[in-house]
Amino acid sequence: MERPLTKNIDPARGPLDLKGYEAAGGYRAVRKALGTMAPEDVTAAVKASGLRGRGGAGFPTGQKWGFVPMGPEAPRPKYLCCNADEMEPGTFKDRLLMEGDPHLLVESLIVSCYAVQAGICYVFLRYAYQKSARLLEKAVAEAAAAGYVGRNILGSGFDLEIHIHTSSGRYMCGEETGLLNALEGRRASPRAKPPFPPISGLFGKPTLINNVETLCSVPGIINNGADWFRKLSPTGEGGTKIYGMSGRVKRPGAWELPMGTRLREIFEVHAGGMKEGYAFRALVPGGASTDFQTELDIDFDFTHEPQVGSRLGTGTAIVLDDKTCPVGFVLNIERFMARESCGWCTPCWGGLSWIVKTLEAIEAGRGRMEDLAILDRHCRELAPGHTFCALAPGAVEPLQSALRLFREDFERHIREKGCPWR
Amino acid sequence: MPTIFIDNRPYEAPAGANLLEACLSLGFDIPYFCWHPALGSAGACRQCAVKKFANEKDTRGHVVMSCMEPVVDGLRLSIDDPEALAFRRSVIGWLMASHPHDCPVCDEGGECHLQDMTVMTGHVYREYRFKKRTHRSQDLGPFVAHEMNRCIQCYRCVRFYRDYAGGRDFAEFASRDHLFYGRHADGPLESPFSGNLVEVCPTGVFTDKTFKRHYTRPWDLSTAPSVCVHCGLGCNTIPGERYGRLRRVRGRYNGEVNGYFLCDRGRYGYEFVNGSARIRKARLTGQGTFDGDHASHEFVLRRVKEALGGPRPAIGIGSPRASLEANFALRELVGPGRFYAGVSDNEWRLTELALKILCGGPARPASLKDAGLADAVLVLGEDVGNTAPLLELALRQAVRRKPSAAALKAGIPLWHDLAVRNFVQDAKGPLFAVSARKTSLADFGEEMLLAPDDAARLGFAAARLISGSDPAAGLTPVLAEAAERIARALDAAERPLVVAGVGAGSAAMLRAAGDVARALTRPDRRAGLMLVVPECDSLGLAMLGPGSLKSAVDMVLKGGAGPVLIVENDLYRRLPAGAAEAFFERGGDIILLDHVEHRTAARASTVIPVATFAESEGTLVNNEGRAQRFFRATPATAETRESWRWLCDFSRVSGSGGLGHVRTLDDLMAVLAERIPELAPVRDAAPAADALVHGRKVPREPARASGRTAIHAGEHVRENPPPVDLDSALAFSMEGATTLPPAALIPRFWAPGWNSVQAVNKYQTASGGPLRGGDPGRRLIEPLEAAPAGFSGDGPRAEAGPAGTGPLAVAVYHIYGSEELSSLAEGVAALVPRAALLVHPEDAAGLGLGEGDVIDLEVGGELLSLPVTLTADMARGAVGVPMMPSGGLGLDLPARARVLAMRKT
Repeated sequence: MERPLTKNIDPARGPLDLKGYEAAGGYRAVRKALGTMAPEDVTAAVKASGLRGRGGAGFPTGQKWGFVPMGPEAPRPKYLCCNADEMEPGTFKDRLLMEGDPHLLVESLIVSCYAVQAGICYVFLRYAYQKSARLLEKAVAEAAAAGYVGRNILGSGFDLEIHIHTSSGRYMCGEETGLLNALEGRRASPRAKPPFPPISGLFGKPTLINNVETLCSVPGIINNGADWFRKLSPTGEGGTKIYGMSGRVKRPGAWELPMGTRLREIFEVHAGGMKEGYAFRALVPGGASTDFQTELDIDFDFTHEPQVGSRLGTGTAIVLDDKTCPVGFVLNIERFMARESCGWCTPCWGGLSWIVKTLEAIEAGRGRMEDLAILDRHCRELAPGHTFCALAPGAVEPLQSALRLFREDFERHIREKGCPWR
Repeated sequence: MPTIFIDNRPYEAPAGANLLEACLSLGFDIPYFCWHPALGSAGACRQCAVKKFANEKDTRGHVVMSCMEPVVDGLRLSIDDPEALAFRRSVIGWLMASHPHDCPVCDEGGECHLQDMTVMTGHVYREYRFKKRTHRSQDLGPFVAHEMNRCIQCYRCVRFYRDYAGGRDFAEFASRDHLFYGRHADGPLESPFSGNLVEVCPTGVFTDKTFKRHYTRPWDLSTAPSVCVHCGLGCNTIPGERYGRLRRVRGRYNGEVNGYFLCDRGRYGYEFVNGSARIRKARLTGQGTFDGDHASHEFVLRRVKEALGGPRPAIGIGSPRASLEANFALRELVGPGRFYAGVSDNEWRLTELALKILCGGPARPASLKDAGLADAVLVLGEDVGNTAPLLELALRQAVRRKPSAAALKAGIPLWHDLAVRNFVQDAKGPLFAVSARKTSLADFGEEMLLAPDDAARLGFAAARLISGSDPAAGLTPVLAEAAERIARALDAAERPLVVAGVGAGSAAMLRAAGDVARALTRPDRRAGLMLVVPECDSLGLAMLGPGSLKSAVDMVLKGGAGPVLIVENDLYRRLPAGAAEAFFERGGDIILLDHVEHRTAARASTVIPVATFAESEGTLVNNEGRAQRFFRATPATAETRESWRWLCDFSRVSGSGGLGHVRTLDDLMAVLAERIPELAPVRDAAPAADALVHGRKVPREPARASGRTAIHAGEHVRENPPPVDLDSALAFSMEGATTLPPAALIPRFWAPGWNSVQAVNKYQTASGGPLRGGDPGRRLIEPLEAAPAGFSGDGPRAEAGPAGTGPLAVAVYHIYGSEELSSLAEGVAALVPRAALLVHPEDAAGLGLGEGDVIDLEVGGELLSLPVTLTADMARGAVGVPMMPSGGLGLDLPARARVLAMRKT
């Protein structure tokens, strides 16, 4: 099985340096793209590959690239921002890539910037990713010294500067426009869309924002072609995906597998199933802001997840076992979400804090049956479109499914005036 | 115009307009918080949700925020959709969760947008049962009270204060449901526009601290349309009175003038009306005051009759802070040839010149609205932030025009404030300022520090370049290059604006501004000229053609004058102290009509109390040449009458002036129209007293005013008839016309369901547009478009300028302290800085001066003894003289100064 994203990663050895990376076939995509392809051809290849955004939304990457104005009339400078904020609870796939093979990301940035003719690139890392930042800084320096980054890269006439930025850390920084505001030195509140960043992004200029894992898929597409990429996946979504699993499974971890691998395979084969003494109840499939699901027999990808009422999200699942209180589980998630709300729109700051206080009351035995109706209403009212960005709608996904799947547990808390798990 | 369908009925709305704004303009009620017609859309509060349908067949639709949607043809929406209604109710539920519900003790109660919107959404019962979030509020200085616990986090305050008004000492802090809007630490808000927070805030987080000191419920206020008296811009205001005390001043929307906002001097200067400096009784030097209505009134008339009956005719000294009617009545009483301007000589000459330039055309006198729409600006010499603050606010918007046009081109509608700001970032359109001292314009424009003569030369050179004439000779390379850049930017603009003013003290600069504006005027381009004048009726006074104060003083000193009638003026502010002393030594019989005590009042032989703007009706002509009527909020007492009314009575008892028949303001204006036909249009500034609305007068009190019959219950329990107002179509009553009054007569903005100032949308032809029937005021200057081309010169020669070798003393104005009446207000007085001379640190080093050292400076024959403040904001070779009572008031600046002595501290 091919592992284009993680083939160079060996935790025992540490990441490859430039020489090692080149010896492993690295920077071929840069040479090929900048040496033999027009920028539009690179974008066309990514479009043809069917690559979808690995940050969680699954938006077709090539289509996004196509929104960036091209040609001599396009406003300049253009920017590419790599979203390495990765603050989604339970998610650690980008960290694996950056700590395991930083040169892959650097190569991906060069090729992607070339495709949209972005001259300035920022990698925006969450505060906790200091190790990734150091490794990336070293990789960028090595790449610059070798002429892969800087002015007139490999004689192509293409100039690129790459900056590694470690933010102060807010969940909102992972929202692409919150990221832009933070990068400009403003509050990490989201921006209105439209206009979308490819039209008015960083410093008001055309900006492409992609997740680490998404970008890391690009060199493979350039080297081996869109067909090859599509065929990596059994379900047609193309490529590989770093799936992760945490919770009380035998082997929590992250694995690069074909996009659309069966969820049960990930759970049973790769994560090893539940630990002794614990039974599987449900999981949130793609980080904290996706719906709980009990179904494991599903092609785990963007297309098929909605069929069981959830989303692929980041593809890094958190498993709920039978010895963990689902109300406490949800409360933990909602506390995080309410705390990370930027305070811009009312449903988010007002709704999430109310949800948390209600869940706290239920968990502490002070709940009332009518609280469930209030929670239900919040799940309806914090819908996409009602709020300014996706934080609050994401935040109520686990809540709404928990209220459906674990209603009896909520009611027991209220009836028994306390948490039955304590 | 596109057709949109609201709940299945077709309406017309302007293409690309904001949907919320369009719906409000159509008369629909949609609740909102973060959207503001001047601040645009932010999409934060989510209160204005409506249902939008993809097409006729779509029955499900989806909820959208109307403030974030453009009007497109065929758009189908529902305001009454159950899902949208439920969501709007939920939003109020969230907003109210932590709101303290302290309406009974909240100053905003009764005019609170949050109250209105809560009622509008139908949110009644409280479901939230947990602890509310709480904050510690701050002391924000003398103007704005802070109660953060009422906050609903709509971001309006910070969007106004920072984004719109350019303030820096106020921000949003923290996040989630715990946002804090305030300063980094307690302390006075630094923006001169901070008082607008009171009106911008939809609830009681920011309230008027001066109002709090003499609070009354807003619905008990008797209000009337008025005009600000604290600078020459003529911003429209609404003063509110109860129990004979002026309680507060709020902005009165006028789309052509101040729009939605006021500056803090204009909002908080009103307290002089209630202040201890008020003159309330007539007095004769050495004989005390005269009590009793009739005793006083008759005494005054007898006294004046005697004085005017003497052998030598009286002279009259008018005032730029008195109404046009007061000045006119004085002029008639003493005769046009014996009527003098009560301003310093330089100011008199410059104001006359400004008037001449404006009338000469061809550039239009720009309104404040025009200023805000200008896409390239040149400001010659005027420190507008301190002399005409709301013009500074307008110019802050003007520099956004050009970059915003690029946003529009990129498909971002201009109402989409958030997106426009993200796109525009810090880009600014061209604004060039030239001044002897760094001003607030340097914040958002390119400012050059130049001596006044150099500034004028630069202006003349730019005018020549724009009109393609031979370039001016003899400019330094730096000035030549600057002239080139300025000319290029102005010439490339669609709506260029030139600003200058009387404050800089330079005739050459005014002429240069006129030349630039003339050169810019083309049939295909709307060029504007805005000349700032110092006071609320400076231009009106100039239009009456008064003689110079110097000639009046000379006449008095020569002993050739009879009694001197001074109306609403302190000559110590107009003359050098020595000249003022000499005047009063020789002045003989000086009769002062004024409402506040000052040094002139102390020297006058007779002092007669007059009404302030709050107790009188009259007209002020602003710097645009717009005549605007102000109406009293409260009746004047028998002892305290309008200046013009006293003067007409004087005419009656003395038999001079031909105003003896005048009983009402309309009578007086009829005389004005007859004697000075050019000023006849002044009558159109507002409807006459007999212009009733459906046969009824417009009530000054809202229908819900309480305690009408109980106001005087401590004295008697009769219900007295309300005072009769002969001078206007407004009544001192809660009864009267119930429909929308003509725009010039709007006493308050109030509409069913809209108790806050947001009700203004019901009075506009379209949200943010002109008031129904047209914005009030009558422009008196519409210059000929075919004015002669050419130039008034190239400016002073390089070697010219005030003679002498000492430092050049230039006037430095301060928003708080340089204007007489507002300085008497408690809140403003707290912010008046210490008078100091401003010196560049390098000049100071040359003189061996340190910060705080006191110098004796001789300017224009006067001795100023003031401490020195070192600041690199001053041009080299100049010394800034504070235009405050202990500073340079009455001096003709710029002038050469001589350092006589220095004292180290």
